[in-house]
Amino acid sequence: MYNFDVEKPTSIADAVKALGREEAQPMSGGQTLIPTLKARLAMPSVLVSLKGIAEMQGICTDDAGRICIGGGTVHAVVAKEAAAQYPALAGLAARIGDPAVRNRGTIGGSVANNDPSACYPAAVLASGATIVTNAREIAADDFFEGMFATALDEGEIITEVKFPIPEKAHYEKFIQPASRFPLVAVYVAKFADGVRVAVTGASENGVFRWTEAEDALSGNFSADAVAGLKIDGSGMIGDLHGTGDYRAHLIGVMTKRAVAALA
Amino acid sequence: MPKDGGIGASSKRREDIRFLTGEGNYTDDINLHGQAYVFFLRSDIAHGILNSVDTSAAETMPGVVKIFTGADFEAVGSIPCGWQITDKHGEVMQEPRHPVLAHGKVRHVGEPIAAVVAESLAEARDAAEAIVLDITDLPAVINMKEAVKEGATKVHDDLTSNLCYDWGFVEENKGAVDKAFEEAHHVTTLELVNNRLVANPMEPRVAVGDYARGTGDHTLYTTSQNPHVIRLLMGAFVLGIPEHKLRVVAPDVGGGFGTKIFHYQEEAFCTFAAKACNRPVKWTSSRSEAFMLDAHGRDHVTKIQMALDKDNNFTALRTDTYANMGAYLSTFAPSVPTWLHGTLMAGNYKTPLIYVNVKAVFTNTVPVDAYRGAGRPEATYQLERLVDKCAHELGVDPIALRRQNFITEFPYATPVAVEYDTGDYVATMDKLEEISDMAGFAARRKASEAKGKLRGFGVNCYIEACGIAPSNLVGQLGARAGLYESATVRVNATGGLVVMTGSHSHGQGHETSFPQVIAEMIGIPEDMIEIVHGDTANTPMGMGTYGSRSLAVGGSAMVRATEKIIAKAKKIASHLLEASEGDIELKDGAFSVAGTDKSVAWGDVTLAAYVPHNYPLEDIEPGLEETAFYDPSNFTYPSGAYACEVELDPETGHVTIERFSAADDFGNIVNPMIVTGQVHGGLAQGIGQALMENCTYDSDGQLLSASYMDYAMPRASDLPFYTVDHSCQTPCTHNPLGVKGCGEAGAIGSPPAVVNAVLDAMRSGGKDVGHIDMPVTPARVWAAMNS
Ligand SMILES: Cc1cc2nc3c(=O)[nH]c(=O)nc-3n(C[C@H](O)[C@H](O)[C@H](O)COP(=O)(O)OP(=O)(O)OC[C@H]3O[C@@H](n4cnc5c(N)ncnc54)[C@H](O)[C@@H]3O)c2cc1C
Repeated sequence: MYNFDVEKPTSIADAVKALGREEAQPMSGGQTLIPTLKARLAMPSVLVSLKGIAEMQGICTDDAGRICIGGGTVHAVVAKEAAAQYPALAGLAARIGDPAVRNRGTIGGSVANNDPSACYPAAVLASGATIVTNAREIAADDFFEGMFATALDEGEIITEVKFPIPEKAHYEKFIQPASRFPLVAVYVAKFADGVRVAVTGASENGVFRWTEAEDALSGNFSADAVAGLKIDGSGMIGDLHGTGDYRAHLIGVMTKRAVAALA
Repeated sequence: MPKDGGIGASSKRREDIRFLTGEGNYTDDINLHGQAYVFFLRSDIAHGILNSVDTSAAETMPGVVKIFTGADFEAVGSIPCGWQITDKHGEVMQEPRHPVLAHGKVRHVGEPIAAVVAESLAEARDAAEAIVLDITDLPAVINMKEAVKEGATKVHDDLTSNLCYDWGFVEENKGAVDKAFEEAHHVTTLELVNNRLVANPMEPRVAVGDYARGTGDHTLYTTSQNPHVIRLLMGAFVLGIPEHKLRVVAPDVGGGFGTKIFHYQEEAFCTFAAKACNRPVKWTSSRSEAFMLDAHGRDHVTKIQMALDKDNNFTALRTDTYANMGAYLSTFAPSVPTWLHGTLMAGNYKTPLIYVNVKAVFTNTVPVDAYRGAGRPEATYQLERLVDKCAHELGVDPIALRRQNFITEFPYATPVAVEYDTGDYVATMDKLEEISDMAGFAARRKASEAKGKLRGFGVNCYIEACGIAPSNLVGQLGARAGLYESATVRVNATGGLVVMTGSHSHGQGHETSFPQVIAEMIGIPEDMIEIVHGDTANTPMGMGTYGSRSLAVGGSAMVRATEKIIAKAKKIASHLLEASEGDIELKDGAFSVAGTDKSVAWGDVTLAAYVPHNYPLEDIEPGLEETAFYDPSNFTYPSGAYACEVELDPETGHVTIERFSAADDFGNIVNPMIVTGQVHGGLAQGIGQALMENCTYDSDGQLLSASYMDYAMPRASDLPFYTVDHSCQTPCTHNPLGVKGCGEAGAIGSPPAVVNAVLDAMRSGGKDVGHIDMPVTPARVWAAMNS
C-alpha cells in the first residue's frame, strides 16, 4: 500500500464532502479495494469509509412493496434478513465468497465495482432494480456500462438499491473453480408482465440481459422454451477456466436450470 | 483394542496444542533487535538483457539502509545444485550459474534484480520503485519441445543449448526394448502432460539473517525442511562461511511439501546482508512471491508405450519425457525426472524390459523441483494411465490385466536398477475391491444416471521408493550429499529423554510418533521423551525430511542410538544388581535379573549414571548420551491400490469425487492416526492435481495462475470422505522398525485413479476419448465430450 488518509464520515452529506478532496475514493467492505491497494495498483490520497453511515445500513420495504437495501449493507445481513421476502436474492448473497467476505463486503461496493463476474449485478439487472445515489436514482438498465464501468460519476455514492419483488426468481451459479466467483451465472426473474434474464461471468461487456431467452420465457415459462436457444461465443470471456464457447454453452444450461428450479 | 501408548497407538499429536492455540514459533515470529527489512525488486519480464540498474535516486529515499544489485554478488558463489546427472553419452549435465541477484540477464518473471534493505518494509518497497532499470526484452523460451530445436533462443548464452541433459535408462537395454516392440502382439501408446503445480504450503517462506560482529558468528532463521543441508550448501558453496561459524535454525515450519527443501537466494541474501549492514535482515515472502518463486512441481510431457504378447503379458515399456527445469537448476531438480522417476517405471509389474529417456530442458520459468512424491507421481501417472488404456484397447478388465502382470515374488530386482524387498500387490488389490464396494458400483451408477449424471470407476496401483536412501548408491547416481540420518539420545538424571534428531518436522507429527518408538523400547510413558529438531546448533548433522524418509531413516537412527543407551544402562544395572550383564532384562521401565525378583527401576539407573557414587567407573564412563548415524542399505517400497468413483455432469462437464478408497502397504505402523492423516493430505494434493490445480505461463513467460483467484486449490467441499486402510503390511526387511514411509503415497497414488474414473464415466455416456489431460476441469471435460 501507499500512504493515504482515512475519513470516517457518519452521514451521506459528510461522505460526499470528503469525496470532494483530490484523489479521494470511497471504501465499503474493502474486499475488492484493499487487495488492490496492497498490490499497489491504486493510489488514492484519501479513503472515505462508508461503514459508519447509519442511513446506508439495513433493509426495509417501501410503499411500492420494493425491498430497499442500504448501500452499506453486508452480504450476510441480506442473506439473513431478505430471506423471507426475496429468497432468491438472499440465496445469492449467502453464496458470495466465504463468511469473512460476506461479513465485510457490501451490496453498494459490489454493484459500484461491477466486476464482470460478480453476483449482485445479475440480481439488480434481472430484478429491474433502481440504484439510488446521493444525487439521483438510476434504473438498472441504464446503470451497468461494461466491465468495471457504471453510470456513477466521480465521487457519487450508492446509498441504496431498491428491488421490485418478482413472482418468482432463481439464481443459478456455476463457479470458477479457483476464485469461486461465477464462471457463468444466470438470474431469472418472472414478473406478472414478463420475464427478465440477466447473465454474469460470461461477457466481455459485463452483466447483460439475454433478451432471446426473456422473449421465449415470457410466452412459455418452461425449461423447454429455452432448451433450443443458443448464444454465440464471440464476445464471451475466454481464459484459463473456459473458452468463450464454453461460457456461451453454460449460459444456456444455467438458464434452463434456473427455470426448471422455478417450474 | 487400540493401545494407549507405544508403537501402534494412535497417540494424539502433542504439537497440535501449540499449533492450534497460536503458540507456534514460526520464522516470521522471530524479530531481532535492530532488524531491517528487505524488499526485492523483481523482474516483470521473463527474459531480457539487464543493461543497467540505477539505484541513485532510491539510495536517497527515507529509511534506506543499503541497496544491493547483482554486481555486489559477483564474488559470491552460485546457488548450488545438489545432484549431477550423467547423460546417455556419458557427459555430465549442463549446469548454469545461478546468481543471488540477477546479473547481465533476467531469466524468469520474479527473478530478483535488486534488494533494498530499509528500516521498514514499506520504505524498502517505496525505494525499490525508484530504482531505474534498463532492460532489453528477449523472446521467452517457454515450450520445451521448441526450446530444444536447432536455433532456439538460449536461456543461458554460455551453454551449448537449452538441453540440460538427455538421459537414457538403462541405455544398454534400449536395443532389446526396441526389438521387443518390433515383436509385440499389441502396442499401446499414450501421450500426456503431467501438469505443473505450485506447492502452496500454508506458511510462505521467510528468512532472517543475523551476524554477531564480536564473534563473527552468522545465524540464519529460515523456513526449511533441512537446516543442515542449507548450512552446508550456503556456507560451503555460496558465501564461504565455515560450518562452525554458521548456525541455521528452522523452527516451526508450516508445511513444506518439498518446496522448502531447496536453498533459495533469499536465504543467502539475508545472511550476506546481515553482515554487510551489520544488523539483522528479514524477508517474508508475500503469497504472490510464493506463487511466483517457490520451486514448482511436476511439468513433464511424456510419450509412453507398452508392448504386450498375445496373452496380454507386458513384454516391454519405453518412455520419452521432456522435463522442465525452469531457468536454473534448483537443489535436487536434476534427480527428480531421472533417479526418482526412471527407477519407478516398473511399477507393480514384472515387465522384463524397460527403457526411459528424459530430456531436461531450460525455459524462462521459475525452477521446478521436488513436490510431494517427486518423480514417483509422474512415473505412476503415466504407467497407470497406460495400463488402463491397454485394457480398454484389448477389451479386458483393467484390474484383471493388472493382476495378471503383478510381481508376486520378493525380493524382486526390476530392470530399472532397484530391488523391491517386500510387497503384496494381490493383497492390497483384494483389500481395495472390498473397501471400495466394487460390487455395489452398478447400482450406484444407475442411481446417478437417474439424475442425468454419468458415473465412473477407476483404479490404479502404485509403488514408490522412500526412505531415501543409501549414501553410497545415491553417490554413484550423482548426489552431491549423503543421505543418512542422525540422532542423539540424551537421558537426563531423572530418567527423561531428549532426542536430538536430524529429521525435521513441518507438520508430520514427529514430536508424537518418535517418542512412541522409544517408549516402546524402554517401557516408559511417551511424555518422558522430548524431540528436538530444526537447529544446527543443537542437533547432529542430519539430512532433513523429504522422500518419506523420517521414520524409516531418522527413526532408525534414533533406534540405533537408543539401543546403545539400553546396552550401557544394562551394564550399569548389572553393577547395581550385582548380576552378570547377560542376565539383565529391560521390561516396562525396569531392569531385572532373569529368573529372580531382583530389579532396579529405569530412573535409578539413569540417576546412577549422573551421580556415579555406586558405579563401575573403571569400566564405563558416567553419563547416558549416545549418537547414531543410520545409513540404510536400500530404499523402502510402500505400495498400494487406489479406487476413485466420480459423478460427471454431462451438460457442464463438472466432475465430483463421490468415493475414494486407498489400500496401502506401509509396512509396520507406529501411529495409525498420523498415517491416516498423511494419506488424507496426500490424497487432497493428488486429487487437486487431477481435477483442479494448474500452474500456467503464457507464451511471454507471464505466470497466469499467480494467485488463488486463478490457481484452484482443493477445499474440503471438493473432497469426499476417504476410505483408508493400511492393514496390509509387509514389513521392510532392512530397517530396524520394518517401516516403509507414508508421506507421499496419497499424492503419488491418486491422480491416475481419478482420470481413469473420469474416462470410465465418459465411456458410459458413449464417448471414448482415450485420454484427457489433468487437471480435468469442467471446461476440458465438456470440450472432450463434444469433440
Ligand atoms: C475471497 C473473495 C471471494 C469473493 N467471492 C465473490 C463472489 O462469489 N461473488 C461476488 O459477487 N463477489 C465476490 N467477492 C467480492 C465481494 O462481494 C465484495 O464485497 C465486493 O466485490 C465489493 O464490496 P466491498 O463492500 O468490499 O467494496 P470495496 O472493496 O470497499 O469497494 C469496491 C469498489 O467500489 C467502490 N465503492 C464501495 N462502496 C461504494 C458505494 N457505496 N458507492 C460507490 N462506490 C463504492 C470503491 O471505491 C471501490 O472502487 C469476493 C471477494 C473476495 C475477497
